[in-house]
Amino acid sequence: MLNLLVVSINAILIENFVLVKFYGCCPFLGVSKKSETALGMGMAVVFTMTLASALTWLFNRFILVPFELEYLQTIAFIAIIATLVQIIEMFLQKSIPSLYSALGIYLPLITTNCAVLGVTLLNINNEYDFITSVVYGFSAGVGFLVAILLLSAIRERIAYSDIPKPFRGFPIVLIAAALLSISFMGFQGLKLPF
Amino acid sequence: MAKKNKVSYLEILKDGIITKNPTFIQLLGMCPTLAVTTTVANGIGMGLSATFVLICSNFFISVLRKFIPNKIRIASYIVIIAGFVSTVEMIINAWLPELSKSLGLFIPLIVVNCIILARAEAFASKNSPLPSAVDGLASGIGFTLALTIISAIRELLGNGTILGANIMGENFSPALIIILPAGGFLVLGFLIALVQYIMSKLEGRSK
Repeated sequence: MLNLLVVSINAILIENFVLVKFYGCCPFLGVSKKSETALGMGMAVVFTMTLASALTWLFNRFILVPFELEYLQTIAFIAIIATLVQIIEMFLQKSIPSLYSALGIYLPLITTNCAVLGVTLLNINNEYDFITSVVYGFSAGVGFLVAILLLSAIRERIAYSDIPKPFRGFPIVLIAAALLSISFMGFQGLKLPF
Repeated sequence: MAKKNKVSYLEILKDGIITKNPTFIQLLGMCPTLAVTTTVANGIGMGLSATFVLICSNFFISVLRKFIPNKIRIASYIVIIAGFVSTVEMIINAWLPELSKSLGLFIPLIVVNCIILARAEAFASKNSPLPSAVDGLASGIGFTLALTIISAIRELLGNGTILGANIMGENFSPALIIILPAGGFLVLGFLIALVQYIMSKLEGRSK
């Protein structure tokens, strides 16, 4: 239990997936203009990451490892993620239309979110067991959600400020992200004993 | 006809490397750009691996473009790209174990690099194989160039070296923050601001 807590605090705060490890920077910088869209994207990522962690772990353990096909990991995992995203999209559209209208447009983008593929590969590299993998996937997603929500809040404020011309648009967002990243470095002190 | 082709190849190269530089102008592929540029060696290694994948995937997607059904094209592109990425991964693992260790997970993550998918969708799916391969080469060089510039700045300021050779002398105390994750965002932010500044100056002059 304690072990799981350590893994999840690690993924959310100490080694935040976006701000410290740089997985999933594209959507982090791309869809963080408004808090609403950021929340939608973040939720979609949490959802997909948790499911993808579970599925890829099972696939790796029961198909790739027994047949010694580990070198196919990258191809197999990305195919699983792409299919999973497609299935989630269809399922939500049919049965939970309200959630679909909130997350719908972000779902296809998630296939190419490197955080999702990253977390599934990390689960295997770190030799996590099934439960830890799922918890790690979920917490990494929450880490992404926290980071993108914070950045979107900052960007909503930035929109009203007077910024030097060359810094308008993307550069100021990057610099805001840098400051966020610095503040997350403060969590290094939290490092829990394993 | 031959002459016309030559001109357009030059145009493709210029577009990919300068006027539509994937990193500085189009702002694609940010994850590897920020993550691996702590040293010049890493930056160049990442750039060249991505270039190889870009050329191969663009060429093959272009060859297969008439056979791939429109509805599942993105999935098919990703599988083609993933195939080449696995090849690169194995090659680097076998011959450059040190690079493989320092790039880590970012080699398999080339699969989801938006530059590659963007070139496949925007260029290779509409053009014949040879120009597509050239387009892949151009974007690859542009990406490598951008990574080299960013990593040179970060390695010089954060460590005082370039490619491991000490440039700044003994008394230089490195600004560690530049190598840390925050420095990646910071350096890229300032570089893009510089590019925007130069672009606005050039536009002002042409008027």
